[in-house]
Amino acid sequence: MTKSVAPGSVMILIPALNEAQAIAQVIAEIRSTVPGTPILVVDDCSLDSTATAARTAGADVLSLPHHLGLGGCLQAGYRLAFELGYEYVVRMDGDGQMDPKFVPLILDKLRESGCQMVIGSRYMNGGIHYSSLLRQYGIRFFRLMLRPILGKPVKDPTSGFVGVNREALEVFSRSFPLEYPEIETLVVLKRRAFRFEEVPCRMRTRRAGVSTITPLKSIYYIVHVLLGVLVNILKFERSKWRM
Amino acid sequence: MDKLLNVTAALSIVLIVAVLFSLRRAHIRVEYSVSWLAAGLAVFVLTRWESALIFLAQASGITYPPAALLAITMAVFLIVLYRMSMIISTLKDNNIALAQKVAILEFRMQSRPENSEAEARP
Repeated sequence: MTKSVAPGSVMILIPALNEAQAIAQVIAEIRSTVPGTPILVVDDCSLDSTATAARTAGADVLSLPHHLGLGGCLQAGYRLAFELGYEYVVRMDGDGQMDPKFVPLILDKLRESGCQMVIGSRYMNGGIHYSSLLRQYGIRFFRLMLRPILGKPVKDPTSGFVGVNREALEVFSRSFPLEYPEIETLVVLKRRAFRFEEVPCRMRTRRAGVSTITPLKSIYYIVHVLLGVLVNILKFERSKWRM
Repeated sequence: MDKLLNVTAALSIVLIVAVLFSLRRAHIRVEYSVSWLAAGLAVFVLTRWESALIFLAQASGITYPPAALLAITMAVFLIVLYRMSMIISTLKDNNIALAQKVAILEFRMQSRPENSEAEARP
């Protein structure tokens, strides 16, 4: 993967922490759906054999020396993709919730629209979703909050199924929210007058493992994200804020 | 009031001695010990210099000087903690950047053609 890559090249980025049970199947599915696309698994210092399983399944593995959290893990992948010269990166989760058949849809939208980021949305065109009631209310709250900040509606601000182009890669390789990055990322892009689009996609239940989200963590999530968004708003340049 | 001032003075001395011991054992770096030593010294001086404490209490509208001492002590330590939070945040950012760089360098080294050939050799 260190060789120079062709123009318009695509990479699939999978941040993973303790996903040994699901990662091989996820990689196999991606390889059969989008054959020939390099897959980079960023192993956030898993305690199980995630890295070995991913390597055996045919992915490249970027092993972090210690646990950095989702944001730090993703940024490492974006940084490597940018250094290697990739044009587009699609981020997916390692638990099998995201269906790789939507990857071409995200890439087509990135290429056609010329926008910097495309979100695979669970809430467009009646897409089926399995979020809990609490999470659905949380997403509604963030939609309302983000509408005036972004200047356009966003259906699924917490989706981790995201494609970015090289412009966004350059920004993310230098500056990226380190915890709970999805919502803050949108504000970071807005600060630079970048655009995003959404395409409908479907999520599945996770293949293995259990969700680590608890009510207390949800409250911490909301407070953390609100603070992160506020900080990003404070960083807006006046001229861009008026746009 | 005297008893409270004496106890506070003793505690500030304990803090100063603890920081000096930590310095000697290299458990704390000199640049990070300065804030704690200055804070401990400021509190000690106020407990021994009663007229200054009364002046500060009157200036801040507190009628009971020991309450002023408590408020000043809290303010001093909040400033120290705030400074430490800033230092920790910078260190964490640097640490993340360093970890990412190490991981990327290691990845690039392992992906070099000569390494792949060496692994393939029996």
